[in-house]
This record gives sequence, structure tokens and C-alpha cells, in this order.
Amino acid sequence: MKLNRREFIKANAVAVAASAAGIALPASASNLITSSDMTKLKWDKAPCRFCGTGCSVNVATMDNKVVATHGDIKSPVNKGLNCIKGYFLSKIMYGKDRLKTPLLRMKDGKFDKNGDFTPITWDQAFDVMAEKAKATLKEKGPEGVGMFGSGQWTVQEGYAAVKLMKAGFRSNNIDPNARHCMASAVGGFMRTFGIDEPMGCYDDLEAADAFVLWGSNMAEMHPILWTRITDRRLSAPHVKVAVLSTFEHRSFELADNGMIFTPQTDLAILNFIAHYIIKTDRVNKDFVNKHTNFRLGNADIGYGLRPEHPLEKNAINSSAKDAGGSKPIDFEEYAKFVSTYTAEYTSELSGVPVDKLNALAELYADPKTKVTSLWTMGFNQHTRGVWANNLVYNIHLLTGKISTPGNSPFSLTGQPSACGTAREVGTFSHRLPADMVVNNPKHRAIAEKIWKLPEGTIPPKPGYHAVLQNRKLKDGELNFYWVQCNNNMQAAANINEEGLPGYRNPKNFIVVSDPYPTVTAQAADLILPTAMWVEKEGVYGNAERRTQSWYQQVTPPEGAFSDMWQVVEFSKRFKMEDVWTEELLAKKPEYRGKSLFNVLYENGNVNAFPLSEIPDDRLNQESRDFGFYIQKGLFEEYAEFGRGHAHDLAPYDRYHKERGLRWPVVDGKETKWRFKEGSDPYVKPGSDYDFYGKPDGKAVIFALPYEPAAEFPDAEYDLWLSTGRVLEHWHTGSMTQRVPELYKAVPDAVVYMNPDDAKKRGLRRGDLVKLISRRGEVETRVETRGRNKPPRGLVFMPFFDASRLVNKITLDATDPLSKETDFKKCAIKIEKA
Amino acid sequence: MKKSINALTKVLVTVTMFTTSFTAFSEGNEVATLRDSTAIETQKTPDAIPNVANTDIKQKRNYPMQPPLIPHKVRNYQVDLKVNKCMSCHSRNRTDESQAPMVSVTHYMDRDGNFLAEVSPRRYFCSQCHVPQRDAEPLVENTFVDMNTLMKEKQASKAEKH
Repeated sequence: MKLNRREFIKANAVAVAASAAGIALPASASNLITSSDMTKLKWDKAPCRFCGTGCSVNVATMDNKVVATHGDIKSPVNKGLNCIKGYFLSKIMYGKDRLKTPLLRMKDGKFDKNGDFTPITWDQAFDVMAEKAKATLKEKGPEGVGMFGSGQWTVQEGYAAVKLMKAGFRSNNIDPNARHCMASAVGGFMRTFGIDEPMGCYDDLEAADAFVLWGSNMAEMHPILWTRITDRRLSAPHVKVAVLSTFEHRSFELADNGMIFTPQTDLAILNFIAHYIIKTDRVNKDFVNKHTNFRLGNADIGYGLRPEHPLEKNAINSSAKDAGGSKPIDFEEYAKFVSTYTAEYTSELSGVPVDKLNALAELYADPKTKVTSLWTMGFNQHTRGVWANNLVYNIHLLTGKISTPGNSPFSLTGQPSACGTAREVGTFSHRLPADMVVNNPKHRAIAEKIWKLPEGTIPPKPGYHAVLQNRKLKDGELNFYWVQCNNNMQAAANINEEGLPGYRNPKNFIVVSDPYPTVTAQAADLILPTAMWVEKEGVYGNAERRTQSWYQQVTPPEGAFSDMWQVVEFSKRFKMEDVWTEELLAKKPEYRGKSLFNVLYENGNVNAFPLSEIPDDRLNQESRDFGFYIQKGLFEEYAEFGRGHAHDLAPYDRYHKERGLRWPVVDGKETKWRFKEGSDPYVKPGSDYDFYGKPDGKAVIFALPYEPAAEFPDAEYDLWLSTGRVLEHWHTGSMTQRVPELYKAVPDAVVYMNPDDAKKRGLRRGDLVKLISRRGEVETRVETRGRNKPPRGLVFMPFFDASRLVNKITLDATDPLSKETDFKKCAIKIEKA
Repeated sequence: MKKSINALTKVLVTVTMFTTSFTAFSEGNEVATLRDSTAIETQKTPDAIPNVANTDIKQKRNYPMQPPLIPHKVRNYQVDLKVNKCMSCHSRNRTDESQAPMVSVTHYMDRDGNFLAEVSPRRYFCSQCHVPQRDAEPLVENTFVDMNTLMKEKQASKAEKH
């Protein structure tokens, strides 16, 4: 420090004395401004922009700028707390490189795939997009166009995009980045319960006696929920925390029972627990008899690679039809099936000592212990991700530990609206709103009725999912592609072999909407500058079914517009004759000559609410441009899908007054625990529990085996590679790397390595190394200490760093059921660079 | 025949374009700021791991509610079920000896806003909000404006009007 405290005071003495004495100094010279018209901050609420926890944030604005943020004391989720990222939300919109004008690759004044990024007007941008989309529709039909969206889209943005794609262009080739994140969780819910999203809620965290983390590092990835678990564990000493992972991380700091297992053997551990419950005679027989069925699932289902890959050719049930197949069995057959997974066998397979396995199983088996299981990407990003989800429900169902406070199998989400937008709105290639699917004719009919479309508008065949989109781009079959609100060239696996060749394939025209010039934007042909977070009005849905809204609080940089505005404005460029067949138009002749905008968004629903419903002091220039309160109209039309069908949402205006509400909201009241009589209004009276997602009201316990990973270490590629996030950065770092304090906290992605593994290769901390897989290589520095302590044979490297793209080497193997990529397991070698 | 030759030429041209496309971009096309003008298929040599700033000099907060940054190293600080090393200096009882700042009063409140006799367990893991800084230059400038600057500007423009 240049001055110590005494010197500092002395140096300032004159100014302080003068202002304290109040002598003839102008007001501006005072060292403290006190006038209330100067110091007043405008405070409003918004959900956090980052993870799926869904903290509410108080946002302070002054002169059209966000100047402060802090945790919302009124929010039941976070009660005044934020994590380090949340506390720095104020700065995420102010990176100096915000995009303010569309940029098109041009040469000699026109588009050229190999041209230079050149500023153009929005009109020119929409012109070239419309031209490319129309040419593709003409040449390839609806299957040639696609969109890659986001669990960070607002509900309204995702809903507007689904309508544009599925109803307007009649293409199901729309998928969210949530495919990389939550698809296995969705698959698990649909298979076991027939209805998506957790039955419990965050109130479980104050009620449980035991917590088990399965492949989730909540201390870094869900820090505010971790504060609630820490609070519970440390304030109630009987509470136990068990943490399972393939490497030691920060969540182990609170663990009573920390377990490192060999990748993929979580499947065996889950079956072992079921076996332990049966063997020790602690099955809740009354619950199991009344409320469950048993089924044996098909095994050997492949790894979601390209069909010509030997692993797919050799798998018996790799076809889409067979992979999800199952047949009914009885309890005895199930008990026999899991009896293979003895403590000894499981210990040998997983590397977890028998006593630790038994202690873990006892938490579930003991009828007096209320247990909450929590998981995220360890389960979901797994080539048997749906199985892992099914298997954890098995152990909660066998013991009846479900849907009551503290007894909760809880699937956490990674993105702020993975639940709200990706899942509930149904922005997946096979889905429609409210858990409906495109290949069900009744579901299509419901959607067509609400959307006022002729029968047969929505195509029945599921479209290309995320990983397939990259493959189809590479193969030149998907030619017009619009990416919004995500950074897939950094986040998707195997960008070397699939992603980049796909984007740069001369047959394709790639549009990327983003606030910042990301890696994905760099790979695009057209970049659209996008408004973000409180620069627009929107709704997010968090992991506990809590729907939260916010008002626009500042204007975006001039030239940037929200994803919703972009989608809706683009729709004006299409006449119905451009996108629908004559056969379809003949069923609805009044749509002839109309635009997609008229049919999709001026349909009497979306434009039902006048501008007068927007409070006068609110910004919302977008609605004023369209001439109606579009965020409300989109929300209310969307809410039609779920009301009366166990997905009820409250009226839109109420969300502006609440810190969110957990659906189903029936008679104005939110639902905390679903499927349990007394707490869920949809449960049949007298049934006690009612898993009403299934026709017979019974949940399914699945017999599913342990099967190996798609790729595992061998003599040459001798290390497991796991990838993931860090506390200080969110996903690909496009927002948090632009906040200097967060950048300086964790500037670069290093590879965390066991000191013995480093020594064996002649490496020391800080050495420059090459990580090499069968698909490519990436360079970084070795870290042998710090927050992550991998066991020998496994390394961890985060994916937030745009300059060190770890996804150049990851494998695009997916769960054949959920189509979600396994980012946690592939084989690599490490050499000194 | 002519048509098929044309088609073939077209294919060849596109193939050539495709293979050269990666190198053909001028540097202006490497727009991803965080990659420092580097093409996606290449990589800039990673810098050495920067040191943790250990000056003990407190940084100004961006707004009053911002959690203060840690101005010193925290390597091997044990914070787990057994012990919280940070509290050995920053707890109320130790600040006379350590002359370290006491944890904020908000840290004594439980979820419902009641003050406890000791730091609330919900605030137990300090690193969820407080982080040290490394000696690394940010890749992109941030144009966030401090509320104090805005107030001063307003005050100045008000004074000018009078």
C-alpha cells in the first residue's frame, strides 16, 4: 500500500475539515452525496441468469444501467444469498465487446462463406436469412432447416421458436442445448413416472436426515442449494451427507461418507443398494404392492454413435425401437436380477470399500432415515443416463421414500430454464408443450387446435436432436441452421470431427444469435446481436418447478434485440405459400396470402393483450413495436397446454408479484410434493399415492444391468478424461469470463491431475501439456493441487475456457434413449508439449 | 454431359473452398474475443499458471453488497466438517489479534433473518462468495459504471444548470 491509514487521513485532512465545517464549498465538493434524488436506486426482481437453482436477485438500476445486484431476501430459494457469480451479475452485460450490429461474411458486397465478417443492417440480415431459408425449404423441404436453442431462452422465446419451427416451417429439427444437460433426466422421469420433473422441492433440504450426491458437485455447481444442505448438516448433527464421484471435489468437504468410484460403475452401486434393501428385508411391501410395477429393460443398447461405428453394429438393441423396450416381471425376478450386485462384487467393480457401500445403502434401507438423493451431470451425461435415473428411483420406490418432506429423489438442473423452457415448453425435437410428443396423433391434434392450425400441420416424425444436428450439418443434409442463446461450438463434444466441419460445410448457412462474439459466432456465417437478461421481459422455470418472471429493467445496447423479437420479426418474411403445401393451405384457405407472423403470432391468442396492460413505467419496446403485450400473449397461449392437465400455471400477471410459484398451481395454490394425497390436488382421493403419469397410477421399478462405457483407458490412451464446470464460471464463460473479478479468480482451464500420474509422465505442476484423444488434441497447464483431487488414472478439465477447447477431444457418444452426450468419460493420453 | 461436368466442377470448387476455408479467413474473422484472434482449429500456447495476488491490499467494491475479494493466498486453508481456517482470523472473537476484517453481520443471520450467537452454518463455506485474484490481465474490458460515478455526473450536470 502506498499510504498507511494515518498518512491517508493526513493527506485528506483539508478536504475533510472543509466539508465538515460546511464552509463556502459548493455541494459538489462534499465527499458524501446525501440528497435522496441523487442516491435513490430503482430496485426490481429477476431470477439469476445462471444455473437451474433459480435464485431470485434484487437488481438496482440508475440512469438505465444496472449498478448493483444482491440476493433477494424475499425469495424462498435463496433467502438473501447469492453465489460469487450471482453477486457479479451486475457486470455480465457490460463486456466491452457487446455486439451491436449484425455481421455477415461478405466478399464483393455480397454473402460469401469465405468472406469477412462485415456489418450489415437488420433488414439486410433478415433478407439473406429468408433467402437462404426459402432456398433450403424449396430444395430439401422442412427437414433441411433446423434450430438449436437453449435452456437459457425465456419461456416466451422458446415457445415462439417452437411455433416458428414446428408449425411455421413444419420442421421438428429444433432442439435445445438442454439435450446436453437434462435429456437423460427427462427420459428417466418419463420411463419411471410417465410425467416429467421432480415430485419434491427444495423444502426437502430442510427436512431430510441424509443427503446422497450422485455425480453432482453441488458445492460448485449449485452453491446456494449447497448452503441449504450445509445449514441442515451443521445445525442438525444427526444428519449425514454421502458424496459419490469419480474424483474428489469440494462437495467432499461436507461428506461423512465420501466415495470415489470407477467411471460407469454407479450403475452397479445403485443395483447393489436395491439388493441390500431386499436382502435386509427392508422393502416397503405395502407401498411397493400398491404403487409400483416391475419391468425388465432391454440391455446392450449401443452408444448413440454414428450407425456405422462398430459399437453400434455389435449392439443387439441399438435401434431406437429396441433400446427403450422392456417387459413385465415380478418382484422375485427383480430380486434375483439385482442379487448379482453383492457388496463384494460391486466393491471390486467400483473400487469403493465394502464398509462404505454398506453405510451408503443403510441410509436408504433404514425406514427411520428420510433421504434426499441429488444428481446432475454425473448421471445425465452418461451413455446409460436414463438407466441411472431409473435406478435411483428404484431405491426410493422400494422403500417408499418419495413425495414426502425429506424423502426425495431430486434431479437438479444446470440451466436457468432447462425445466421452464426446454422441458415444459417442449423445445426438443420430439416434444410439444406439457410433456406431449410429436409422434402421438392426439398430442398433435391438441397443439394444432390451440394454435388454430389445420390438421396435419405438425409433422409426426421426431426431428434431429442436438448431436444428430451436428452430424447432419457435416453430411450436408441440414442446410439452414439458426443457433440462439448457447455456445455449442465450445460446449458440444467432438467439435473437431463433427461440429466445426458441419458449420463450415459450404452447403450450410449458419446464423448465431448472441450478445457476445463467442466461439460459435466465429464459426457462423451471420451473427445477430442479442439482448440479454434484464434487457428484456421474460419467464424462467427452475429445478423445483418454480416459474419466475421479470420485467425489462434497462434498454439493450442500440442494435441488439432479444431472441424472441428476432424469431417473431423473422416470421414476417414468409408468406404461408412459402412454407406450407397447397394441400395444407386448402384445409385453411383463410390463411392464403397471410404471413407466418399473422398466422403464428397475430392469431387472436398471442396478440390478445393490449399494450395498456403493460405498466406505464415499464420499458418493453418490443411489445410496443409489435403493437400488443407479446410476452403475456405467448405465455397465456402456452399455459393453455398445461392447465387442467397437471401442469397448471397461474395467470401471467401474478408471477410479476410473486417470487415464483411451483406448478401445478391449482385454485391459486402451488404444489410442493406431487403424487402424494394431501399435497397434490391431482391425486385420486383415497389412493394415498397416485403416480398419475402412468395409466394405472403405478410407477415402474426397472431391472437394468451395469454395462461398460463407450470408451475406456487402454495401453495407449491410458487416462479417463472428465469435463465439467467450475464455481466462478458459468458454462462456456461467455458472460463470466467478461467479469474481471471472476476472470481473475479462475482465468484459465487447467487439467487437474493426480500427482503420481504427473510424476509418472515426468510432469510437474504448471507444465505445458497436450491432451490427446483419438479425435484431436488440446494444450493446457498441469494442476496437481487445488480444489479437485482426481484418483490415479483420471484427469479433469473444465470447458469454460474459449482458448483451450477441451471439447476438441471429447467423444460424442450418447445415451441411446435420451440422446444426451457423455461428457464425463473418454480415453486420452497426456504428453509434455 | 455438359451439365454433369458443370456439376463436377462445382463440387470440386466447393471441396477446394471447403479445405481452404479455414486458412482463407483474414484475422478480422477471428471474432471470438476470448480466443485472442485465434482460429478455432488452432490454439494459442497457454500462458503459465498465474500467481495468486497476495498483497493484503483491499479492493474497492463495485457496489456495497458485493462480497469482498480475498487479498491473500488461501492455499491449503482447511474448511470442512472439522474446521474453518478462515474463521481463525475473521471471526468476531479473533479480529483483535488478527486485525483482519470481521465477517459481515449478515453472516450471523439464519434463513429467516434471526441473528444467531455464531456465524450461520449457511455461510460456512467462505469460497462460495469470496475468491482470491490471480495476477492475470482480463481479456476484455468491462464497461460497468459505478453508481458513485453516475451520481457525480448527475451532480455536476445539476451544478452546471444552476
